[in-house]
Amino acid sequence: MSWEAVIGLEIHVQLATQSKIFSGASTTYGAEPNAQACAVDLGLPGVLPVLNEAAVEMAIKFGLAIGAEINLHSIFDRKNYFYPDLPKGYQISQFATPVVGKGEITLDLENGNQRIVGITRAHLEEDAGKSVHDLFPGQTGIDLNRTGTPLLEVVSEPDLRSASEAAEYFRQVHGLVKYLGICDGNLAEGSMRCDANVSVRPSGQNEFGERTEIKNINSFRFVERAIELEIERQIDVLEAGGTIYRETRLFDADADETRTMRSKELSEDYRYFPDPDLLPLQISEAFVQTVRDNLPELPDARCERYQQTLGLSAYDAASLSSDLERAEFFEAVVDVCGNPKLSANWLNGELSAHLNSADLEIATCPVSAKQLGQLIQRIDDETLSSKTAKELFKALWAQADAESAVDELIEQLGLKQMNDDGELTAVVTSVLEANPDQVAELRSGKDKVLGFLVGQVMKATGGKANPKQVNEMIRKNL
Amino acid sequence: MPAITTLRAMSSALRNREISSVELTEEHLANIAKDETNSFITVAKERALEQANQAQRRREQGEHHPLLGVPLAHKDIFCTQGLATTCGSRMLANFIAPYDAHVVTRLNQAGMVTIGKTNMDEFAMGSSNESSHFGPVSNPWNTDTVPGGSSGGSAAAVAAGLVTCATGTDTGGSIRQPAALCGITGLKPTYGRISRYGMIAFASSLDQAGTMTCDAEDAALMLSAMAGFDDKDSTSAQRQDAWLADLAEHGIPKLNRSLKIGLPKEYYADLSNGGAIEAVQETLAEQGHKLVDVSLPHTQAAIPAYYVIAGAEASTNLSRYDGVRFGHRCENPQSLNDLYTRSRSEGFGDEVKRRILTGTYTLSVGYFDAYYIKAQQIRRLIADDFSKAFADVDVLLTPTSPTPAFRKGQLSSDPIAMYQQDLYTVPTSLAGLPALSMPCGFVNGLPIGAQLIAPAFREDVLLGLAAAYQQHSDWHLQRPNGVRVSQEWEA
Repeated sequence: MSWEAVIGLEIHVQLATQSKIFSGASTTYGAEPNAQACAVDLGLPGVLPVLNEAAVEMAIKFGLAIGAEINLHSIFDRKNYFYPDLPKGYQISQFATPVVGKGEITLDLENGNQRIVGITRAHLEEDAGKSVHDLFPGQTGIDLNRTGTPLLEVVSEPDLRSASEAAEYFRQVHGLVKYLGICDGNLAEGSMRCDANVSVRPSGQNEFGERTEIKNINSFRFVERAIELEIERQIDVLEAGGTIYRETRLFDADADETRTMRSKELSEDYRYFPDPDLLPLQISEAFVQTVRDNLPELPDARCERYQQTLGLSAYDAASLSSDLERAEFFEAVVDVCGNPKLSANWLNGELSAHLNSADLEIATCPVSAKQLGQLIQRIDDETLSSKTAKELFKALWAQADAESAVDELIEQLGLKQMNDDGELTAVVTSVLEANPDQVAELRSGKDKVLGFLVGQVMKATGGKANPKQVNEMIRKNL
Repeated sequence: MPAITTLRAMSSALRNREISSVELTEEHLANIAKDETNSFITVAKERALEQANQAQRRREQGEHHPLLGVPLAHKDIFCTQGLATTCGSRMLANFIAPYDAHVVTRLNQAGMVTIGKTNMDEFAMGSSNESSHFGPVSNPWNTDTVPGGSSGGSAAAVAAGLVTCATGTDTGGSIRQPAALCGITGLKPTYGRISRYGMIAFASSLDQAGTMTCDAEDAALMLSAMAGFDDKDSTSAQRQDAWLADLAEHGIPKLNRSLKIGLPKEYYADLSNGGAIEAVQETLAEQGHKLVDVSLPHTQAAIPAYYVIAGAEASTNLSRYDGVRFGHRCENPQSLNDLYTRSRSEGFGDEVKRRILTGTYTLSVGYFDAYYIKAQQIRRLIADDFSKAFADVDVLLTPTSPTPAFRKGQLSSDPIAMYQQDLYTVPTSLAGLPALSMPCGFVNGLPIGAQLIAPAFREDVLLGLAAAYQQHSDWHLQRPNGVRVSQEWEA
């Protein structure tokens, strides 16, 4: 039997506000444990939450970017449960009325098709603290620095059909929130985490199968792997005549498996009710309009612009526009060299290859946009050949000095193309003299040997000659 | 029993250098040391003397705020930096807040001296002050009876003359009922008038700080210092009431016309001792006010709606007391559940547990609509009742409490009967309206109170009417054992 997977994601996006969603404590990552937990975060008696408007603005930005309804009236609820890293014994969240309503995100799939993913809602809530289980033997440490960090929980419809689609969707939301400047996108620090709801059904069946939820996945790779494993597991169970039960599962990357965390039958009743410490959130049309007017250029619009005004291919445009930092790096390179196509080739080629093998992001690229732009400029004016350009790039990469001057390095390394006729004529003459047979063949019209002779000249000049020029000179000197 | 004066008399004695704030504070401390009502949980001797010294220096530098140097007691629900704040509970018996409640900050700024923290029902849950972990408070009028609750310690301390004024909080009547039972004046302002920051939460949508004083003029002085917007409390009201800003300087604004006073018939139906309240009506009529019958038809539903809403909110407000970060923690917890269960079982008393349980129940899946949502609908109907009444009248007059002070232990085994104590105070709380209780007579030698209720943010009407009444009566000047409150300073 063939099976189809049905997947929906709940993505928790940490909003990049300076202070917490209901207190004035800093949200900076990496401080000493509990150094960034104030009386409100600690849930001390008598303290009260006050909403951080910056978080609301960020939520609206996201809503507008996915074409969603913005609910002008929404309510903060208390979600009640006991856990040591939840100081108040409840989490302030939005249950019945999220600030962002229905919207959608379009995925470009590998096969060239598109998948429209419905966004059910996105709501504001506060993050919990962290329980540290491995630091004190027999005890659990509590770090409340993360407590009260604003989260936007983005809930998708069950519109995804494979693990790779889910990963692509996660990647796309990641790109979007970075574009909007509402999240630093740092997955290693937990700035984006997701829960995946996964079920399978026989292909062609309309009803959904019973689903499981995989909790707290925090990387592109893990999203794909965890869902892949869960799909396989569910199919195995069903094909063996078993039943899938509603439950929460955990992805263990080391063991490469998902396993039961708790069954939903035992799930808690969160006793949601409106938080009486906070007034309903009222947003004016005018405020929404101001946010709309100040939205940055979004990936789709940028992709379109790269094709229309910079003349890039659809592929190059998409790959350069999906990530904000990459797009900004690209535009900075073009600003210096004025050659968008060659810039795109270098970013997608040499630069990407180097970043990938060094496991670096564009933000930490050792070669600056200015340097790459100057390098491309020197290709354009034929100072560099493609070969010497690559050598120069390697040198810049190794140097990792954003300020070093490209032209000086070209001089130092002697990478300049030999454009001087006199010097080159001597080499060409000596090559022709040393290869009389090939010269004869060329004279008789066998053009194939031209490449060999050019190659000999290039070899003799250490690659610094301009092959086009050499070409012409050989013909002239026959 | 010490000589008792009004806040104003004390204030003018300080201003005229008839006594220094340090001497006054020492006198207070000496009286409190002889207290037999158990009104105080904590007496802040050193801090009080230090604050009194500060007040004296401020006076020498030319300050003359009417509250400067006057000692007061805070209900032990207000957080005081560096001074124990117990909320009447074993759970917080050793809790010292690292911050002051907004109310405490404001009164400190005015120069008041915190003499101590008063006893109260545990987490403000009770109408008799018998649920305190620190023992019951005695009503100074008859030590076998309760002072009412939950601000019973504050009420008893003022009635006994240990302080001339105290803070209180009112969720369903916790200022007004003990004020009535102790023969003093209690003001519960409009919800949002005074910041709740640093006031330990019982039921957040109902909790309101207020004053417990000898009379309406003194209440006005305290209100003017306590009220005002606070950006640390999202439910605090942004208001610019000129009369409030001018209170300290110009006193309560004069009632410039005869008022139309509504008598809600539902509040008079079961009145067994109506003589005193009828006398109040007569006095007010003589002053030129017009009395009319009105109806607040949903009054009967107020008690059940209140206990559902307050319990629901309390059940989650009290979740933070889990033994993890502060407060009572059980010995040698064996597991996380054991830590939670024993810390909370040991830390909370019976009434608090009862309300957490009922509140948890009413918020649970399957019961939420039938209880919590229904109670919110009733709350709306009750607020509408008041709106309709206030379309026709300026203020309402009712009894404060169904009975005078009852004997200790009399209602402890019958929570429902205890909850009925709040019959006349709870509807106002649900509607968020301001209300004031003023002494209006005695039954069997025990004081009883009359309640005035005004539209939102019209405390000026309450204070003006009460002050006018108090000019024509002396119930508020009577104290146990024939002592009278002096409106002049007597050295």
